[in-house]
Amino acid sequence: MRRYVVAPVAEIPPGTRKVFTVGGRPIGIFNLDGVFYGLLNRCPHQGGSLCDGLITGLAVGDRPGEFRMIRKGEMVRCPWHGWEFDIRTGQSWCEPAKVRARAYPTEIASGAEVVKGPYVAETVPVTVDEQYVVVEF
Amino acid sequence: MSRYPGAIDCDIHPTVPGIGVLLPYMDDYWQEAFLSRGIDGLEMASYPPGAPISCRADWRPAKGRPAADSATIARQSLDVMGTALAICNPLTGGQVAVSESMGAAVCRAVNDWITKEFLDKDPRFRASIIVPPQSPELAVEEIERRASDRRFVQVMIPVAVEMMLGRRYYWPLFAACEKHGLPLGLHAGSLHRYPTTSNGWSSHYIQDYVSHSQTFEEQLLSLIHEGAFVKFPGLRVVLIESGVSWLPGFIWRAIKTWRGVRAEVPYVKRSPAEIVREHVRLTAQPFDAPDAEAVTRIVEMIDSDEMLLFATDYPHWQFEGDRAVPDGLSAPFLAKMLIDNPIATYPRLKENPT
Amino acid sequence: MSLMLERDVDTLGTPPGGANTRLRIIDCDIHPYLRTPRDLDQFLSARWRQHLAEYGKGTRGIYAARGTYPRFMPNTCRRDAWPAAGGLPGSDVDFIRAQHLDANDVEFGVLEPLLEGNSPRNVELQAALCSAFNDWQVTHFTDLEPRLRASILVPQDDAEAAVAEIEKRAADPRFAQIQLSSRTPEPLGRKRYWPIFAAAERAKLPIGLHVGGPSAAAPSASGWPSFYVEEHQVLSHSMPTQAASLILEGVFDRNPDLKIILIEGGFAWVPTLGWRLDANVAKMRSEVPNLKLRPSDYLRRNLWYATQPIEEPEYPQHLRTVFDWIGWDRIVYSSDYPHWDYDDPRLAIKIAMSEAERRAIFRNNAAQIYRFN
Repeated sequence: MRRYVVAPVAEIPPGTRKVFTVGGRPIGIFNLDGVFYGLLNRCPHQGGSLCDGLITGLAVGDRPGEFRMIRKGEMVRCPWHGWEFDIRTGQSWCEPAKVRARAYPTEIASGAEVVKGPYVAETVPVTVDEQYVVVEF
Repeated sequence: MSRYPGAIDCDIHPTVPGIGVLLPYMDDYWQEAFLSRGIDGLEMASYPPGAPISCRADWRPAKGRPAADSATIARQSLDVMGTALAICNPLTGGQVAVSESMGAAVCRAVNDWITKEFLDKDPRFRASIIVPPQSPELAVEEIERRASDRRFVQVMIPVAVEMMLGRRYYWPLFAACEKHGLPLGLHAGSLHRYPTTSNGWSSHYIQDYVSHSQTFEEQLLSLIHEGAFVKFPGLRVVLIESGVSWLPGFIWRAIKTWRGVRAEVPYVKRSPAEIVREHVRLTAQPFDAPDAEAVTRIVEMIDSDEMLLFATDYPHWQFEGDRAVPDGLSAPFLAKMLIDNPIATYPRLKENPT
Repeated sequence: MSLMLERDVDTLGTPPGGANTRLRIIDCDIHPYLRTPRDLDQFLSARWRQHLAEYGKGTRGIYAARGTYPRFMPNTCRRDAWPAAGGLPGSDVDFIRAQHLDANDVEFGVLEPLLEGNSPRNVELQAALCSAFNDWQVTHFTDLEPRLRASILVPQDDAEAAVAEIEKRAADPRFAQIQLSSRTPEPLGRKRYWPIFAAAERAKLPIGLHVGGPSAAAPSASGWPSFYVEEHQVLSHSMPTQAASLILEGVFDRNPDLKIILIEGGFAWVPTLGWRLDANVAKMRSEVPNLKLRPSDYLRRNLWYATQPIEEPEYPQHLRTVFDWIGWDRIVYSSDYPHWDYDDPRLAIKIAMSEAERRAIFRNNAAQIYRFN
């Protein structure tokens, strides 16, 4: 594991995010109320720059006609196809995989990138060290 | 030797030969109206009586309408197939009439005619309650009128009606279906309130018929995203004569769009694929696949052995001889399609009402 | 100890590399937008500038100045495609170069303006707008970046005027194709449109049939969907409708050399449409007695299918099955850049492909259809 100092804390005010190349990898650092979270800037769907997406809340409703917005600022939507991810955990909101009892033969060839679900955006542990944002991987 | 002994045929079409057979079931007002105004010939445009698909040539009588009585249907279909139970889905112009009240009167008479001439005459027949989709209120009245006759196992309307089906306007209809444990059957066919395609009126009947499968997809999207299955978790929908091979591509695209646009309909908490697999069933006639290999692949893509229901679509011309089921289905899959899935879909079929 | 700051601001992100970067690809669907209204006004007469200012485009939509169905992203575009220098996504040639053409090694991209040129009910305005958009494309895009080739927009409601516009532009190599929209006041196979197809065949130009446009009908035979999440899928149903209409009305019998690419309508429906049409034409031949081939034969001979939005089967290998059914020679890659459901050429097609298959989809099939040189 290596520690990378990314930026001064003041460079990423609360409610904002910024994308950096850290150790060769594109990483988005998000500031949620003073706590920092990191996500790999690559959507697991099609590789879009996830961390450039809309920071928003979570739309919920329990019955038709009910539209509520909760958890404002805690979700990022991929700027391409709009997939929603929890900034803290990287977990996608729409659960795409389902458990199947039956197995089907899968095509595996070298070099193929088969995307599996459940889709999770890769998180990067972030700490603050003397007013600097630090990532470790 | 019967082809599919014990099968449950989820789509046959007794055909009203003319207004004359319905008049005895109508009250004085409507009898007078139809007679004095000279109203007859109410066959839906979606099924021109002479069109090749409307009746296979060897089932077409020399005179009159096909499938117009129980003995004919028994001889031409039930006995040949070995059918244990067959669900009657009469296609009637009552369901497309521009007048709600005339439409309701015709639907009511059709249900009476089906009861007397089919349900009462042969214990193998069951039926859908034919209701006027023009008015959910009048449709609910008809459901309430029939529901206690347990031989009615479904409520049926054409797939293309006066607005998208998921809209609140139709919710009373779903409430009644859910209340009585009756699936809602959507059958290929249109009220023609809109052109038959999204680009206007096509020139050919063939295109009108082929286009129905798109309307089924559009109605499913409406039911899903208006939250009808959230509001009515007990609602089950059967797609009748929609084809089958369109289903996987529809599911894939519905999942794809929902994943990105979910926030527009936050009360849709489950993938459309999950909702469809739970709430929707399809009659498997026609299948719309050219050979056994394609059938096998399509079934693999549908990824459920519970969704397909056996149907002949008699007397519509969909197959030759008695080959009502395409090659390419495994024996266990076929067994479920012929019997288990229809019983699971239409719980009333388990009952013995006689 | 001193803390080294290691960082580069990288808002575009670095696309994953791969063998595809060596393959110079052809992209059948790039959407240009106006950088400023002046860029179009310079090609419109004063009369039409004033008409637009007073009456707007006069389409069949419900609003005076915008489309009926609100989209889910501003301008329907990827959020990262807005140029830093300002303006709409798809309006800045330098930005298109950097973010897409260079990044994805695009050798040729076909411009597909979706700017309602053919939407006004006033057919004279349609003709003026289409002509202006045609001038705009070549002046503000193709002349600046020859990799971007233009589409001949035509006033579809007026076949005679449409033919005139085709004949005016046909010899100009900056135009790669004629564009038609998938939603039209009548199905495209209807007789009123036949002169357009004859002109396309005479000019040896392919037609890009792009999703969208001004239908006179509801999006569904049962009316109007409420939500974008429905309409986005329902819109693609206009494609099988057009394919069926063109086939059944004999357009491909009268114009056997006509090439039409169906763009952004999806493609999983293609095998089903072929099977369903074949079965029903076989039974009801008497309605189309002059049709020379089976419907599925035309789907394989005169039509091509762009990949975007790529179908995403629940089991990825089923995508290969669908390609097998359609025909690998029928599939052409499209990005839909800069729209939100853009398909990245590296990661969108989630099956392993042989080199020959990849080259067919990303280049060789399109190279057979278009004249780029």
